[in-house]
Amino acid sequence: MAAPVKVYGPPLSTAVSRVLACLHEKDVEFQLVPVNMAQGEHKKPDYLKIQPFGQVPAFQDESITIFESRAICRYICDKYADKGNKNLYSTNPLVKASIEQWLEAESQSYNPPSSALVFQLAFAPLMNIKQDEELIKLNDQKLLKVLDIYDQRLESSRFLAGDEFTLADLSHLPNTHYLVSVGNRGEAFSSRKNVGRWWNEISSRDSWKKVVEMQKSK
Amino acid sequence: MVMKVYGSALSTAAMRVFAALYEKDLQFELVPVNMGAGEHKKEHFLALNPFGQVPAFEDGDLKLFESRAITQYIAHEYADKGAPLVCEGKPMATVGVWIEVEAHQFDPVASKLQWELVFKPLFGMAVDAETVKENEAKLAKVLDVYEARLGQSKYLGCDCFTLADLHHIPTLSNLMGTPLKELFEARPKVSAWAADIMGRPAWAKVLAMRNQQ
Repeated sequence: MAAPVKVYGPPLSTAVSRVLACLHEKDVEFQLVPVNMAQGEHKKPDYLKIQPFGQVPAFQDESITIFESRAICRYICDKYADKGNKNLYSTNPLVKASIEQWLEAESQSYNPPSSALVFQLAFAPLMNIKQDEELIKLNDQKLLKVLDIYDQRLESSRFLAGDEFTLADLSHLPNTHYLVSVGNRGEAFSSRKNVGRWWNEISSRDSWKKVVEMQKSK
Repeated sequence: MVMKVYGSALSTAAMRVFAALYEKDLQFELVPVNMGAGEHKKEHFLALNPFGQVPAFEDGDLKLFESRAITQYIAHEYADKGAPLVCEGKPMATVGVWIEVEAHQFDPVASKLQWELVFKPLFGMAVDAETVKENEAKLAKVLDVYEARLGQSKYLGCDCFTLADLHHIPTLSNLMGTPLKELFEARPKVSAWAADIMGRPAWAKVLAMRNQQ
């Protein structure tokens, strides 16, 4: 029987892998639907119907079609609240407020420099695009400033939002994975005591290991 | 104990929070942060927001930063007061999508344009025409998607006004004071939506706050 949950897009995409990590944490079965980006499938009318900005991922279950990886993650956590990791997106209002705060910090402060670096360091070479050294330097500086703030936060907190691994930490997995592997930025993380500890812990989770396996096999 | 917002009525991010509080008819105290004097980078403020940005927020023992996390908290915690800024059940999923769209598609581009066309002139800094041209083209594409969406739905997230719309207002309002207003007015549904959300009484109160500063 086909799983009712569909995710559109390649697992190599950071945004797609964010959703896959969430689905694994919540023990929700899904079907991965390929989108041939090299051939521009994501910009064609059929795909634009489900994601009007022409980006991956998109998500479909029996009741709804949605997009934007962080919105998809929240939806999965709300809909499957009783499945898998129940702490991922706590229903306790005060805990949830803290999770939302650090999810927004990821969105607004971590994502911009880390995404720029992931593109320059991991994807540009594959696409025969010349790396922009100025941009790399600028975003390296921004990233390090954010990591300093994270290191201070993680001195007094095991994970970003509190004592439990949550969506706020999960959201960091895709970009950081590329930064420390292909991007050669591991030292930025390992040289900061608390960030290093945190990265080791979150990247060792079974859910993330499964996503990395999926990335290797596609 | 009254809720506190640390920031300035000139900050678009802080204005998001003020808008939500006024929509909910909630009492709050504005604690001014003197950004011109670098107060937001000093120890006592960094304790409230380690990123050194406004706004920061307090409700009793709860301390929060990031305007969109603060508005979410306000909308859920005070769900029974004032305007419902979120939806229950299935529509919330789509509201959640368009909340992310504002954050990731609209705001990065609109903020750059706001910086060039609204703030730089205030600070006597030269406008970068290349940046404006590049981001104007990007904004036009985003607004084309909005135009199509608003043909299917009265507001961005669903048929009622939610945070998905509210989060746009401060930056949108600033851009409407620049030649870029043409981009919005050239698209009938977007134009009507923009006029509608900027015409809300809660937003008028935020503007009144700003005009007092």
